[in-house]
Amino acid sequence: MTDVPDNLSYTADHEWIATGEVFTVGITAHAAAELGEVVFVELPVQGAEVAAGATCGEIESTKAVSEIYAPVAGEVVEVNQAAVDAPESISEDPYGAGWLFKIRATGGESELLDAQAYRALIA
Amino acid sequence: MSDEPETYEARAQEPANLEPATVESLRQTPLAEVHRELGARMIGFAGWDMPVWYESATVEHHGVRNQAGLFDLSHMAEIFVDGPDAAAFLSWALLVDATAMPSGRARYTMMCNDSGGIVDDLIVYRLEDHRFLVVANASNGATVMHELQARSEGFVVKLTDETDAWGLIALQGPEAERIVASVAGSGLVDLRYYRVAQLEILGAPGLAARTGYTGEDGFELFVPADLAIELWSQMAAAGASSGLIPAGLACRDTLRLEAGMPLYGNELTSQTTPFDVGSSRLFKVKPSGQFGEAALVKASAAAHDQLIGLRIHGRRPARTGYAVNVEGGQIGTITSGSPSPTLDCLLAIARVSEPLEVGATVQVDIRDTMTVADVVALPFYQRSRI
Repeated sequence: MTDVPDNLSYTADHEWIATGEVFTVGITAHAAAELGEVVFVELPVQGAEVAAGATCGEIESTKAVSEIYAPVAGEVVEVNQAAVDAPESISEDPYGAGWLFKIRATGGESELLDAQAYRALIA
Repeated sequence: MSDEPETYEARAQEPANLEPATVESLRQTPLAEVHRELGARMIGFAGWDMPVWYESATVEHHGVRNQAGLFDLSHMAEIFVDGPDAAAFLSWALLVDATAMPSGRARYTMMCNDSGGIVDDLIVYRLEDHRFLVVANASNGATVMHELQARSEGFVVKLTDETDAWGLIALQGPEAERIVASVAGSGLVDLRYYRVAQLEILGAPGLAARTGYTGEDGFELFVPADLAIELWSQMAAAGASSGLIPAGLACRDTLRLEAGMPLYGNELTSQTTPFDVGSSRLFKVKPSGQFGEAALVKASAAAHDQLIGLRIHGRRPARTGYAVNVEGGQIGTITSGSPSPTLDCLLAIARVSEPLEVGATVQVDIRDTMTVADVVALPFYQRSRI
């Protein structure tokens, strides 16, 4: 079982969300392990308005391309340029240096999973 | 999709499917337990549960180029052809003149359908005058066996699919010779490229071939399935001080891509002829005839595609199926594409309908972004031979 920190929320698309005033979004260690070595990431532009569940970027490993989804509706207030420049950080440290972007949520409640529910999903 | 084998590429490109394949439905190689102990990431590949990487595909790639890697290839199909007509039969059924092969030789060849399309690419080993081994891709093993049987009418031959009876381990890389000698006998140092020897390995009758699919020197060792784990363990131990590491299917794919070797399901399909993929040399009109000869002769004279090497600009790899364009429009598609660990750039092979010189540029449509690519020579990588 890969690392699923208790203090984060999750989506069924294998993204993690640190909730707060702004939501920080990344991919889970499980997703990183399944993808393998990440070679390219495209993130939404800062200031973009995204809808919950909308495609807002892509992440590409040596063998596969996956889409990145906005877990909640809101405005993208920051993107992790360091991860764009060194995408291997997403594989190596998905919950830390490999975070992807931050959203200021504008919508209401979103359907996020807690750590226990996400663990059950990937079990 | 029924026409296409389930390739690693095909499965890996289903990004939504991050769940491991259902293990119960997949065939297990004799080395399944070893892969589990090593913590390999397993995927379904051509119906088999196979290691795609152990620690890291890139580390394994460099390991094979610089030291040596150990591959489980037990999923590949071993079909033995025995009988007084074995050589004549294979010469009829495949694009090979088996009658001209001395015992102990291996040949790269293809099986074509009656339209000239490629059924599979194969290696044929002549073990004895009247005994050959045909090694087919896992995805095509059953088809090749079925086709061989259908084409054997009138020949005195016995065909046996022994895939389940054999473990096949490839040892590839510059350190391979030293490692194999310490496990399977020092005589193997003298085994030349594309030669095969019947010998005792771990006290049982086995085969050692100096063949591979990585662009490096190396060996492919066939042992009875119940000895596969022992052979793997002994080689792993013998090679540990030389940097030998287990290597999965992902690095096998990037290694073969750099070496410009075609992959069935990517470069080679039932819709392409040997002439479309730069393998026209495999076809020679034989006095004794050839299955599908009329179609092959016609295909050889007709306009055909060719494979070209591309170096992709930017940072996004080109993937199988992406359109390749010149100013006049689309001229072909990407058949394989990946970052190249050895050359540290993005490489691709494309099948195109127009000849393009090395140095020309094309535009590859990478998910709606036109990306410049340079035509470069194939193979991308060739090991230095001292």
